[in-house]
Amino acid sequence: MEKGTTKIALYRAIVFGLLMVTWVIFSGLLDGFHLTLGVISCGLVTWMSSDLLFDDREIGLRARMRQAVRATIYLFWLLWQIVLANLHLLKIAFGSAGLRQPQIVRYKTELKSDFEKFLLANSITLTPGTVTIKILGDTFYIHAISDFAVEGLNGEMDRRIAHIFADSPSTGETDTSES
Amino acid sequence: MIVTVISVILILAGLIFFLGAAVGVIRFPDFYTRMHAAGKGDTLSSLLVLLGFAVYQLRDFESFSESWLILLVILKLIAISAFILITSPTSTHALMDAGWEDKVKPEIAKDRSNHLGEDCPKRK
Repeated sequence: MEKGTTKIALYRAIVFGLLMVTWVIFSGLLDGFHLTLGVISCGLVTWMSSDLLFDDREIGLRARMRQAVRATIYLFWLLWQIVLANLHLLKIAFGSAGLRQPQIVRYKTELKSDFEKFLLANSITLTPGTVTIKILGDTFYIHAISDFAVEGLNGEMDRRIAHIFADSPSTGETDTSES
Repeated sequence: MIVTVISVILILAGLIFFLGAAVGVIRFPDFYTRMHAAGKGDTLSSLLVLLGFAVYQLRDFESFSESWLILLVILKLIAISAFILITSPTSTHALMDAGWEDKVKPEIAKDRSNHLGEDCPKRK
């Protein structure tokens, strides 16, 4: 019980810190008046709705940090994939109609939690020639613009996303902040 | 000087991708393929243009104590990029799904599959 309350306090402090950093970035004024306003509003928001940000409060700070680092690495990998996707799209846009083979394929995923699926769906939409149309259970229905795009759906993205959340104890709930 | 060159290159690259997206929206045959062009082209080109703006801000950066306000501007631009990176694919997906629910017929290439059509045949 003792440990649980300190964790809640810890998460509240993290939420407050994140909000305060955002406040300072967007306001840019560091005089006492504006900082006081910031502290008051961030404090109010933290008090009323801090439990919206991190679902699973059992995960320790260290595991969180590890997830954040991995999510950042994933983000850079994804950005590179987005560049490749756009080059492919550019080729198709200016090329002949023979380059296009539009089709809708099924794609099964091993990922369980909603947030992981959301991340996978968004990543699929951003990468070469594929857009998620529907998610029914663990089946994704993906519209692909060409055969080349279908080959890109080889499960590598699944593995990378699963790796980000590899050490969270409960697979059902993950946080929604590190995206 | 070098900062300006880098930012111009980034912005130009973004504009080229924007052009590709626009051409794709006009040339592609049906709703779904057009969404590919609109959804993907927009994301990367907006990111590149915003990144170009962020780099351009660095041109009169002298020291941290004097020009930390510039860093705040850059952080704001990065925040905008992050929002675009999350919302753009989500809205593309929502539009595609809405199109499917509204019985927009996809154009499927010869000998290619339409698994969604098999698994959830359209309701009359």
